[in-house]
Amino acid sequence: MKHIIAVLLENEAGALSRVVGLFSARGYNIESLTVAPTEDPSLSRMTIQTTGSDEIIEQITKHLNRLIEVVKVVDLTEGAYAERELMMVKVRAVGKEREEMKRMADIFRGRIIDVTEKSYTIELTGDQTKNDAFLNAIENGAILETVRTGASGIGRGERILRV
Amino acid sequence: MEITKAETSSVASSAASRSNPKPKTTAAQDEEIRGAEVLIRALQAENVKFVWGYPGGAVLHIYDALFKQDSIQHILVRHEQAAVHAADGYARATGDVGVALVTSGPGVTNAVTGIATAYMDSIPMVIISGQVPTPAIGMDAFQECDAVGITRPVVKHNFLVKDARLLADTIKKAFHIARSGRPGPVVIDIPKDVSFKKVPFHGYPQTVSMRSYNPVRKGHGGQIRKALQLLMSAKRPYIYTGGGVLLSNASQELRQLVDLLGYPVTHTLMGLGAYPASDRKFLGMLGMHGTLEANSAMQHCDVLLAVGARFDDRVIGNPKHFAQNERKIIHIDIDPSSISKRVRVDIPIVGDVKDVLTELIAMIKEGALKPDAQALSDWWTTIEGWRQRDCLKYDRGASDVIKPQRVVETLWDMTKNDDVYITSDVGQHQMWAAQYYRFDQPRRWINSGGLGTMGVGIPYAMGIKLAKPDSEVFCVTGEGSVQMCIQELSTCLQYNTPIKIVSLNNRYLGMVRQWQEVEYEGRYSNSYMDALPNFVKLAEAYGHVGMLIERPQDVEPALREARKLKDRTVFMDFRTDPTENVFPMVRAGNGITEMLLSSEDL
Repeated sequence: MKHIIAVLLENEAGALSRVVGLFSARGYNIESLTVAPTEDPSLSRMTIQTTGSDEIIEQITKHLNRLIEVVKVVDLTEGAYAERELMMVKVRAVGKEREEMKRMADIFRGRIIDVTEKSYTIELTGDQTKNDAFLNAIENGAILETVRTGASGIGRGERILRV
Repeated sequence: MEITKAETSSVASSAASRSNPKPKTTAAQDEEIRGAEVLIRALQAENVKFVWGYPGGAVLHIYDALFKQDSIQHILVRHEQAAVHAADGYARATGDVGVALVTSGPGVTNAVTGIATAYMDSIPMVIISGQVPTPAIGMDAFQECDAVGITRPVVKHNFLVKDARLLADTIKKAFHIARSGRPGPVVIDIPKDVSFKKVPFHGYPQTVSMRSYNPVRKGHGGQIRKALQLLMSAKRPYIYTGGGVLLSNASQELRQLVDLLGYPVTHTLMGLGAYPASDRKFLGMLGMHGTLEANSAMQHCDVLLAVGARFDDRVIGNPKHFAQNERKIIHIDIDPSSISKRVRVDIPIVGDVKDVLTELIAMIKEGALKPDAQALSDWWTTIEGWRQRDCLKYDRGASDVIKPQRVVETLWDMTKNDDVYITSDVGQHQMWAAQYYRFDQPRRWINSGGLGTMGVGIPYAMGIKLAKPDSEVFCVTGEGSVQMCIQELSTCLQYNTPIKIVSLNNRYLGMVRQWQEVEYEGRYSNSYMDALPNFVKLAEAYGHVGMLIERPQDVEPALREARKLKDRTVFMDFRTDPTENVFPMVRAGNGITEMLLSSEDL
């Protein structure tokens, strides 16, 4: 089952590699991982998307907590949360495809952020299923390039993760 | 790679001013000393008496600072692996943080086995490694390696110190991390320009505070109360303890608890000595080579109290087989990630073993609950039935060949009332030492449990002998393991650490041979040691005493003679029965009660 784990950790050299090393050393999956400093520049916030049985997820959170530089760990999927991913897709757009691609971008509430005679670059934000749906909706051969940030997550309402 | 002193200091100062905008304190307030000197003062403040190490280019400033003081003794080993093992052995025997010092590149890579050994057994250590100067990092400089990267999976934590002004704080953190919570090794990587740079020294910090690291000590009161109720409701209770009891110095509390309850108790390989092995309540070691009674009680108990142990594969065998019998499990451990890792636990208690046991004992004394005496008596009857099988019996009367078990038993018989430490290497001899030497005191049995590192025996023994000069230190080893760090015989001579090496020489890599006999139809692939050295001459070449013992009747006199040579290191080469196997044995993948008791079961 999919889990989204949010981690607050010291913004120090090597902290990221400890997290990544933990996952590879213990054979856990990483579907995606994003990290950036928070409003407090001494802290980084990481969102890890992973899959595994309840036992595995329990071990993952315990081992994350065991890392010296990790301050707090929350499995967002245990409660209500919001998840967003930014995706940029460069698509072929020639002839009548140009109209079609524009329409698809509009339907998915995407924005065209770059245009050439032969292509559009479309920016989309949403949860991963939405971004997957967009990719499925357009003809595979029309996709020239895709880049996705991976999921970022935040708890809803009063669920707050901070020091 | 060498760069001039002028270069190192200018580079370091510009790098430091960029990365750390702290206000400069005036020279009048603070003394300016070199990074290497800061390190020495920090070690002195931590009350470090011994540092095991090996010099090299990147640590020359540190060695120069060591030369100028005399409160810390440096022990020059013959290989960095042994430096870490010796410091590790010292830590295991004393409970203090062991300290090793190695140079960059090969110094660090040689140390990795030692660090991993300490990590697997949660031993508090600080390993200081030299690094190439900061401007050279990443340039594939001479003797450069990514020490922090290489050691990351086998340390509790590690640091690369890029600014000499951060050295004192970093060392304070390193010692704090190493000894608190679940202990473990911490590496501090110090580039050469950092150890050379002069920085203001405000004294060694008294306290340390880290928002991201606050290990618990006290267990949850409600959980302990629940555990107590479960323990008192048990019909077939069992107490299973591991290295955590020793690390937490909780042997007294464990003894009190066991005696208060009258329950049977077993130890893992790492836990031996926590409860006296000569007491009837101790069922022997459990696990792959555990006793029949210890393993059977593990399988058939209805309430299991696990203390500072981690249910590893060598202890519970096949987890599916283990789960066939229903039992309630209480697990006390300081590391939450050890709980419910391999076996589901009913009552987890996260906390320091000593604290939790103290609280549990207080609750038992205050409370009205008592163990079920009738059920307990029946349970002991069952256990005595298992014990009567005498699973550790062997041919004690063998007169034609030395039985390895006999050597260990003779040693135990001679030294059981004395101040003795036993180290071992890894293999059959290790299991025989664990089975037949009955440890009554904690921290007396020193071996590599988790990683199973051959070669630790001599370095462990010399580390302990230095800390405990009045104690006798025996290293029970085999002719395979002992050759993995044999060069340390030289260190033993230089620092006058007379140890007694009891080598059970069966001309085979015995444990490998045993598995090949059991699992591979006797195809002894590369488990025979041809062209063994003459160990007597080898010991003599190193300036020690060598003894060859070939007949059973010579075992005791030889040990007696070796013990008389108090100031000499003695290498006893016992030629033991090459066909002897370690029994009981649980084959890989089997349940812990599916045991082979002798070669007739093969």
